[in-house]
Amino acid sequence: MLKILKYSFFDLMRSRWSYIYFLFYLSLGFILLFLNQDVSKAVITLLNIILVLTPLIGTLFGIMYYYNSREFTALLLAQPIKRSNIFLGQFLGISLSLSLSLVLGLGIPFLAYGIFQSTEIFDFFTLLLIGTMLTFIFVALAFNLALIFDDKIKGFGIAILTWLFFAVIYDGIFLILMLVFDDYPLDNFALGATIFNPIDLSRILIILKLDISALLGYTGAVFQNFFGTSFGMIFSFGLLLLWVVIPLIMIVVKSRKKDF
Amino acid sequence: MIQYKIFFVLILSISYYTPIFSQIYVEGSGSIQEAIDSANPGDTIFVKKGIYYESNIIVNKAVAIIGDDHPVVDAQEKGFIFEITSDSVTISGLKIINVAKSYTKDFSAIHAYNVKHFAIINNIFENPFFAIHIERSKWGVIANNTIIGNAVEEASSGNGIHMWHTSRIEVNDNRIEHMRDGIYFEFVKHSSVKRNKSKHNIRYGLHFMFSNDDVYEGNLFEKNGAGVAVMFSKKIIMRKNIFKLNWGTASYGLLLKEIYDADIIENTFEQNTIGVNAEGSNRIMYERNNFNNNGWAIKFLGGCYGNKLHQNNFMNNAFDISYNGRINGNVFDKNYWSEYAGYDLDRDGVGDVPYRPVKLFSYIVNRTPETIVLLRSLFVDIINYSEKVSPIFTPDNLKDFHPLMKPVK
Repeated sequence: MLKILKYSFFDLMRSRWSYIYFLFYLSLGFILLFLNQDVSKAVITLLNIILVLTPLIGTLFGIMYYYNSREFTALLLAQPIKRSNIFLGQFLGISLSLSLSLVLGLGIPFLAYGIFQSTEIFDFFTLLLIGTMLTFIFVALAFNLALIFDDKIKGFGIAILTWLFFAVIYDGIFLILMLVFDDYPLDNFALGATIFNPIDLSRILIILKLDISALLGYTGAVFQNFFGTSFGMIFSFGLLLLWVVIPLIMIVVKSRKKDF
Repeated sequence: MIQYKIFFVLILSISYYTPIFSQIYVEGSGSIQEAIDSANPGDTIFVKKGIYYESNIIVNKAVAIIGDDHPVVDAQEKGFIFEITSDSVTISGLKIINVAKSYTKDFSAIHAYNVKHFAIINNIFENPFFAIHIERSKWGVIANNTIIGNAVEEASSGNGIHMWHTSRIEVNDNRIEHMRDGIYFEFVKHSSVKRNKSKHNIRYGLHFMFSNDDVYEGNLFEKNGAGVAVMFSKKIIMRKNIFKLNWGTASYGLLLKEIYDADIIENTFEQNTIGVNAEGSNRIMYERNNFNNNGWAIKFLGGCYGNKLHQNNFMNNAFDISYNGRINGNVFDKNYWSEYAGYDLDRDGVGDVPYRPVKLFSYIVNRTPETIVLLRSLFVDIINYSEKVSPIFTPDNLKDFHPLMKPVK
């Protein structure tokens, strides 16, 4: 598995897209910090970008890589290697290279502008950690979809729809439900609904870390009581981890049964 | 003519040989109360440097008590310290500490009841229950005092400067920290509050109730429990104050409740959860204020009509204006909005497209507060945008027709 991981990783590291992705984050970080010297403001702006972009790029890269390397995968399958090793190796290769682009691309400008002297250091690292998590989650989901759909176009379409669902549609349904049932106490519902969407969960985790959490008012207090404790933090990171692990198990199961 | 001269000399000689006002010195183991007892009206009592363990001092004559280099008057938590019952009393230059706490009585460092022309200047108060407590009095000056309390909870703490049924009082250049309310006004008329610094108070920096025709200007209110509250008052002028860092789930810079005909001019609201929280407040002029980095810059709740907002700067607030109804009775004109994305083709400094300061999401949050958990989600940005293009839920006429392209200086 390590060999395949290494191969996929270096294959991607050599590819143009990784560089573009890396350079995008690098320039984004520098421009943000150039425009406002305030590191904490830059962290808030980054939050919006990371929450939208890392899942999107993860999904697209994941599905693209799978379809493009289908012939090579077929070649590997002919070798005496465990199927799960092949797919997990590829998955880790992509996720790690994307995460590396993210962490280095944002890390370098923030280091240059002195994140270590800032009080936001912890928030910034939470943000990077969450970005990495989201990358892993959405690459795993993309792999699942790619394994289900042999048709490239269909696979692409469904993958983008998945991203759209988690990034936009889910919140829409969530909002409508809250408006319809606003006669009932909704705090626990809101808490539950955020847990089932990794993007929402990440967003709330970061918002509670930043001082805009005061805007959340009474509801925010309920959230703070839950996520603010160390139990809540561990619980929510555990949930994000679960969001990685479950699709991975599904990859393993599906690849074992699939007829290539 | 000669008669007149003789009279003049007589006057001179009398005033020379028998001075009308004497000076009394208190030092060492002396007592301020004894000095007051032995004084005549108009005398000056100088208190030398030292520590005086005295409480319940009654100032019943028109004397001036002046401390030399802040002598300490320590009540050792045995009741109040100065009780002023005479007109024309001055207390200055003292360090007044350790007033008793009580849940039933308002013990205070200096209490005045039904007096005129008092002056409380340049004192230091430490651990006062109430520091300066004035009732039914007129024509006073409270200036340059430093009041540092150690309030922990509302029930067991007092106010810095507390006034009830007074008029024509000037409260200038005081520093008040860690009390319940920094400055408390109830039924106070024609008074002014200028250049004070009120910080870290557990309830309000300034608390105004039923007080008409007052001015407060150039004050700093920072990190107070819930900011500044101005309620049930008319004709108040608020100018050049700074409301800063009043940040918390139930906090705001300025609370307006049932305020009529006030002017809010050239104030700065910075990093408050809610900059101005207005409820039932009519005919208020907001001019040249800065709203920077607040959660809500101005939150209009029920019954706010006839307010005018002119030439204010709204910079980087999560929500600029929030309404909970669909009717707009207020005028927004020539303000600068940092989120304005319009253009100015004729380059006259005024945007050609009107700006809508109320976002759909702020309307939704008002209806169902729990939806705030969707703050900063992509979906919310999308619905805000679509509402901006074709408004359905937010008041249709709520627009700034002349949004400025550059901030007002």
